[in-house]
Amino acid sequence: MTVPTTDAELSTKLAPPLSATLDSTARVDLLRKEATRIRRSVIEMIGRARMGHIGGDLSTTDILATLFFAVLRIDPSNPTTPERDRFILSKGHCAAALYSTLALRGFLPVEALSTFMQPLSALNGHPNRRKVPGVEANTGPLGHGLPIAVGSAVASKLKSSQWRTFVVLGDGELQEGSNWEAAMCAGHRRLDNLVAIVDRNRLQQGARTEDTNQLEPLASRWTSFGWETVEIDGHDLAALYDAFTSPRIGKPKCVIAKTVKGKGISFIEDRVEWHHKVPTVEQIELALKELA
Amino acid sequence: MAAPSAANPSLFDCRQAFADTLIALAKEDERIVAVCNDSVGSSNLGEFQKLFPDRLINVGIAEQNMVGVGAGLANGGFIPFVCGAGPFLTGRALEQIKVDVAYNGYPVVLCGMSPGMAYGELGPTHHSIEDLSWLRAIDGLAVVVPADPAQTRAAVRWAVAAETPAYLRVGRTKVPSVSPDETNAFAFGKADRLRDGKDLTIVATGVMVSRALAAGAALADQGIQARVINISSVKPLDDAAIIAAARETGAIVTVEEAMIEGGLGAAVAEVVVRNAPVPMRMLGVKGFAPTGSAEFLFDHFGLNSEGIVAAARELKGR
Repeated sequence: MTVPTTDAELSTKLAPPLSATLDSTARVDLLRKEATRIRRSVIEMIGRARMGHIGGDLSTTDILATLFFAVLRIDPSNPTTPERDRFILSKGHCAAALYSTLALRGFLPVEALSTFMQPLSALNGHPNRRKVPGVEANTGPLGHGLPIAVGSAVASKLKSSQWRTFVVLGDGELQEGSNWEAAMCAGHRRLDNLVAIVDRNRLQQGARTEDTNQLEPLASRWTSFGWETVEIDGHDLAALYDAFTSPRIGKPKCVIAKTVKGKGISFIEDRVEWHHKVPTVEQIELALKELA
Repeated sequence: MAAPSAANPSLFDCRQAFADTLIALAKEDERIVAVCNDSVGSSNLGEFQKLFPDRLINVGIAEQNMVGVGAGLANGGFIPFVCGAGPFLTGRALEQIKVDVAYNGYPVVLCGMSPGMAYGELGPTHHSIEDLSWLRAIDGLAVVVPADPAQTRAAVRWAVAAETPAYLRVGRTKVPSVSPDETNAFAFGKADRLRDGKDLTIVATGVMVSRALAAGAALADQGIQARVINISSVKPLDDAAIIAAARETGAIVTVEEAMIEGGLGAAVAEVVVRNAPVPMRMLGVKGFAPTGSAEFLFDHFGLNSEGIVAAARELKGR
């Protein structure tokens, strides 16, 4: 591990691989390639483990790709450097997508992904920061990520630091009350260094969110808690990038990313049963062909 | 023993020792912050707030968020003291304590204020009598119960230095000083032998320690020599001290301001049955309490000198 010694060195180390000076078309092309690699990796991991949460992994992939390759100021060679941006995957069941992203970004060897959920692997079904570099918070039970992210954003403010905190929430997860305790707190404290991204795929484990416990009007709910709220296509890589990098307006930001559960695989997309169904060998081949 | 009273200058509210020490340490160490749930007054954080307004993070009445925010502050390099009334901190936010603090391994100091039956008349909703049982089962979480102001001060200093997930019971019920030595009042993982004896051992924690000492003196008058051990580190427990007590005195009475099921009595019994089985009696809170002050409830459940003496005599068949 090399520790940067000057501010300029530190800044270079933390910069994302895709520079802010790239033109949007080039950035989107490169992000799409990374997203496809993540999706292929997710299919392979779940196929091998015969377990996983394939639908949510695929809906959240474009969000992860954009953050890790074009936005987050992090350093794989020094994953806990104090000035890093924080990323928390509150929907911890989508660990396969997170592990794939971290591996492709250099936080762990790509070969390690083949151990996903195998006995004694560091890659549990839900992430563990004490075993996997780049993980900031152990998540799994829902409704835990946003409060931790609020604490981390408060910490940055207290230190007058520049790092930001990003947290990805599932939409079904918003039925947990702890999220709204944290949302109220972030709004009250005007934490403009905090970005919450809702993976709005409209499905939860057992049914559609709106048939289970209605979330709409979701945007106005966040707005009424004191957040700047934007709704975008969660698979539009340019829109995601813009949402994550637009100037702050003195409030925490909620990005409602309208996504499709199972995005990218025709026979998985938008089907409740694919929350954690495992594809057959033939379906894996088909899926990888669609992602070629 | 005499009922604690505000008029008695030899009795202390441990919250004052807690706040004074936290402030003294915070002046030297910018990593120390306090997080609370609209409990600035009841957690005795008013002075801390005056001195460090930015470092007192009051999240309002929202315990789950409070503990998560504590974990996030630790992620950002701080040492948060997360303070709330014991029943709400531990009961409402149990999963956050397990996952956000202990499983993550973040150095959050969870401060259960006014624990046990300190809020006597307010009723069982406001009693924190399950905390020892719940939290003892959480891997990697230290459970610390200071018995007096000196131990409280030492435990706060330990928590800052240890940088480990910890639960600290900060008593409101007034207690006398029981520590023989201010500077070494608390050693993590170690029991304190406050009285020696060969006939049996009384193992006590927190508010019950002074009552155990009173019982020890009363038993001596009746010809029974009791060893008295103060357990301020409920987890990890000083196994060696418990095993020695069992082997050298042959009988053990435990006494705690908590449910016996899973609490100190259970912890001691686990060590005793594995290593040196001896007869035991366990004194603690037996279910949801009726209405009454803390002092009334101690008497109601036999958590006083007389109750301990009776259990000891029964154990010794005398």
